[in-house]
Amino acid sequence: MAVVAFVVLAFVAVASGVAVFTVDSMARATFALALSFVAVGGELFLLDLGYLGVATVLMMVMEMALMAVFMVMFMMNPGGLMPMSMLHNRRGAVVVSVGVFVLLAAGSVLVPWPARRNEPPAEPTRALGEAVMGSKMLVMMAVSAVLFATMVAALVLATARGRYDRADSPEWP
Amino acid sequence: MTTGAWWGVLPAAGVLLGAALAAAVLAGLLDPAGGSTLARRAGRPVWETARLLRQRRRGVVAADALLWRLGLAGPLVVALLMVVVVPLGDRVVADLPVGVVWFNAMDVLLWAAVWLAGWGSNSAYGLVGGYRFLAQALGYELPLMFALTAPAVAASSLRIADVVAAQRELWFVVWMPVAFLVFLGAVLAFSMSGPFAYPDGRDVAGGVLAEPSGVDRLVLLAGRYALLAAGAATAVALFLGGGSGPLLPGWLWTLVKTLAVLAALVTLRGRMPVLRADRLMGVAWLVALPATLLQVLAVAVLAVGRG
Repeated sequence: MAVVAFVVLAFVAVASGVAVFTVDSMARATFALALSFVAVGGELFLLDLGYLGVATVLMMVMEMALMAVFMVMFMMNPGGLMPMSMLHNRRGAVVVSVGVFVLLAAGSVLVPWPARRNEPPAEPTRALGEAVMGSKMLVMMAVSAVLFATMVAALVLATARGRYDRADSPEWP
Repeated sequence: MTTGAWWGVLPAAGVLLGAALAAAVLAGLLDPAGGSTLARRAGRPVWETARLLRQRRRGVVAADALLWRLGLAGPLVVALLMVVVVPLGDRVVADLPVGVVWFNAMDVLLWAAVWLAGWGSNSAYGLVGGYRFLAQALGYELPLMFALTAPAVAASSLRIADVVAAQRELWFVVWMPVAFLVFLGAVLAFSMSGPFAYPDGRDVAGGVLAEPSGVDRLVLLAGRYALLAAGAATAVALFLGGGSGPLLPGWLWTLVKTLAVLAALVTLRGRMPVLRADRLMGVAWLVALPATLLQVLAVAVLAVGRG
């Protein structure tokens, strides 16, 4: 059952990844990519990494929704509703993507993977977090607070008057 | 907490749709434009359903039918997926260890769904409505995330059953009222009602509701009520002690509390003016977000203090 679900999700992920480049609408391309990520989130869920799977769905759908806004905003055709090709710079793109694929595939085949030494941990997500962050947790926590403050401060500085120039917004010097 | 068999989704869906219908009936009763007698007003959701089921779909030139239908079905599907992790008494369809994050991820799916419902119709009003929802979502999502963090921190678990169990002595609403209020506000926001009826506002001819007709419109409207009901059920599980209460069995207490919260939401939403996205952003990020952060800080300190 789990194997069937895994195969189906893998197929959905790859097929919708292909669809990103074959559809002729920006909205369809964006949400095909979102579907691909949701399928990957499902795969993580099947690997008992529940938190990572759900967080992947959460982050990626949010990102794709915002990306749709920016893609449509920066496109020449109003609203981006006209059919258009999703392919640009075909030759360069083929070279880069084949190169990256060969590099990653070679890496996954040639690297001497370690053999499993003991049982999988009871909470894989926690174990993964410890392995990735572990000793750097304090730094990460501090950096995240600084990053968040920077983002909010940048927004405040950039939009002090706001887009609508409201009566209750502070005067611009 | 017992997890039922797979067919447990059917009664769960039935309860959700029943609660959504109850909310629609109450909304009909409260709307004076619905009819001259109370009976007519109460029956309005039923007549409206019958009317929309018979109505022929209105087509739009060059609409993206696939994406449009996906977006229109989105709210109802998301509401059904939300209640999968919410316990009814001591029964739950799927007792996920990350239930709180699951709820959050499902509500983020609405970002895509509502935008698609607006975009797919190939209508300026619909598109404006879809963009308005994203602008509004940017405002309410962070306060909602931190409001969800508070009960999870207090129960030191992301499993909703553990959150319910942690409220045996004291309901979380008592010591995290700010998170509770922000959560209810976010429920109104993601179901596009009350002060957050901006994506489907009357000033843009209904926004995302401008073009859908017939059964499409029925599914979208039902989805909005179902989202309100799913949000109320989650509020009961996270803040109001789930199924705990004297005399009555747990499932009945859950239902009673859910319907009470739902009734409060439906009653309140008609009495508040709609907030424009930039004003909502001010309220959400300058008032609700700091207040929720302070709430989480207080909860975290108390949780550490209790060990």
